[in-house]
Amino acid sequence: MRFEEYKNLWVFVETEENAAKPVGYELLRPGRQLADEMGEKLVAVVIGGQVEEAAKRAIEYGADEVILVEGDEYYNYTTDAYSIAMKTLVDKYKPSTILIGATNNGRDLGPKMACDLNTGLTADCTQLGYDAEGGNMAWTRPAFGGNLMATILCPENRPQLGTVRPGVFKRPELAEGREGKITREEIHVEESQIRTKLLERVKEVAEAINLEEAEIIVSGGRGVGGPEGFGVIKELAELLGGVVGASRAAVDAGWIAHAHQVGQTGKTVGPKLYIACGISGAIQHAAGIGGADVIVAVNRDPDAPIFDIADYAVVGDLFQVLPAMMDEIKKLRS
Amino acid sequence: MKILVCVKQVPDTTEIKIDPVTNTLIRAGVPSIVNPFDAYALEIAARIKDANPGTEITLLSMGPEQAKDALRECLAVGGDKAYLCSDRQFGGSDTLATSYILASAIEAIEEKEGKFDIIFGGKQAIDGDTGQVGPEIAAHMGLAQVTYASEVSVEGDSIIVKRESDQGYDRISVQKPAVITVVKTAFDPRYPTIKSKMASRKKEITVITANDMPKIDLTRCGLKGSPTKVKKTFTPVRTKSCVKIAEEAAADSAAKLVGLLADAKVL
Repeated sequence: MRFEEYKNLWVFVETEENAAKPVGYELLRPGRQLADEMGEKLVAVVIGGQVEEAAKRAIEYGADEVILVEGDEYYNYTTDAYSIAMKTLVDKYKPSTILIGATNNGRDLGPKMACDLNTGLTADCTQLGYDAEGGNMAWTRPAFGGNLMATILCPENRPQLGTVRPGVFKRPELAEGREGKITREEIHVEESQIRTKLLERVKEVAEAINLEEAEIIVSGGRGVGGPEGFGVIKELAELLGGVVGASRAAVDAGWIAHAHQVGQTGKTVGPKLYIACGISGAIQHAAGIGGADVIVAVNRDPDAPIFDIADYAVVGDLFQVLPAMMDEIKKLRS
Repeated sequence: MKILVCVKQVPDTTEIKIDPVTNTLIRAGVPSIVNPFDAYALEIAARIKDANPGTEITLLSMGPEQAKDALRECLAVGGDKAYLCSDRQFGGSDTLATSYILASAIEAIEEKEGKFDIIFGGKQAIDGDTGQVGPEIAAHMGLAQVTYASEVSVEGDSIIVKRESDQGYDRISVQKPAVITVVKTAFDPRYPTIKSKMASRKKEITVITANDMPKIDLTRCGLKGSPTKVKKTFTPVRTKSCVKIAEEAAADSAAKLVGLLADAKVL
């Protein structure tokens, strides 16, 4: 393998039903910085049905160039169509690095690509760095349920691949009217090559997406006590214009839908304000809220681990503290 | 129908603690369990077997001798026979190498037992959390893959999968054979009975090593066959300073908090 042949950092911008998923744009932020450090171009790869808008948007979010692949076969994600397209592109352009959003589809595509390209893939990264000495990406990710962080290199294979969870990085500022080259590639995948068929799509929860983009999240845990206990959580979230989150304990107890779950096995979030109510703060939950600007924790137990990661720790009963908070907020606003 | 379920024995990560002095993982005394997502995969397989009499479920794990315990647990809740893939030359494998070894092991088992119609695994193991080995087995074997399945049924040659999506779910059909990875299901895995536990103890677990896989390329196994290398590991540290609010009356705590948040321009 001749390393010098492999150049440029790619960000895979996932689309579905012609719309880009936010994580693709989010990855253009670290992508921009890393590409500059590497002295390489930042290229967004946009694949979809009709997604020229997303391609232009990627330039406005900081990509130097876009490679655009359009076709009816890409309107919805399939492992086969997308992996064939990506393999064709990688063989032609030879990027050094590819960042992929760790959505369900991204986590489906990444390992397929790693096999097709016989290279290394690091999953669910939360930090990205560039090791200039060896010329490698330094991929950092949680393991053992968030108890341990590991920094992984892929020193002998190219391209080096990594998936990054939605919500870890904030979307870059939009530079409207910014221009860059958009290269259209005609890659068509025959229907017979696509081995899975979409029979039906059910959209259940609009809120699931909102968690990752929410500016304010009010979350409840075991201390909420039951499904009715989430009433006060919802009230505070509504008052603040925020979204309701939950810990795994509350979800596993069946008090609230899985779509609300924040943490290692739920969503990774990066709100401006995260209010954790009755959540003990297991490391798995903490792993999901590292991106929050300000963390407020309300818990009766003064030794709750959540207080170790909170900016403001309120020791008290959430059923007393939250209503009083709402009164204070209303006072503040009037 | 022939089904293979891949299972991994993992430390129960919810029981792992950090040594406050050395800041490293305390692994001693941490119980080993069947990776929960693999247990869901096995339950889905067992339900397919319930609905399709004559179905046989084969289990495959990779790991040390101790992983037989996990296989035995699975034999008591739906598995019919079990293989343990174990060889020192496989140690240190990353996901690409692990999946290559497992794909080679599956091909060796298929030589003996015939082709599998469905190969199941959990969506990820709770220790590594990569979620890559399942899809990579599919890619190595040239099979179709469906990830994040929460329900699976079989209709003739088609497998119908309910796949979790970011907004809800998709219903997907795929032709046999295919690799399917499974999320937490809406139903709990079945419990073993005394009878099934006794029976599982009598079942033989076949160990397969590199010698049983004549086509395996050992340069693609173990540390040297792994494109990713762990540079360092560390325990996450937070250096935030925390403001503690613990007034006697909850209302006073709330007022203080809202005041501080307003001053910090968070509210």
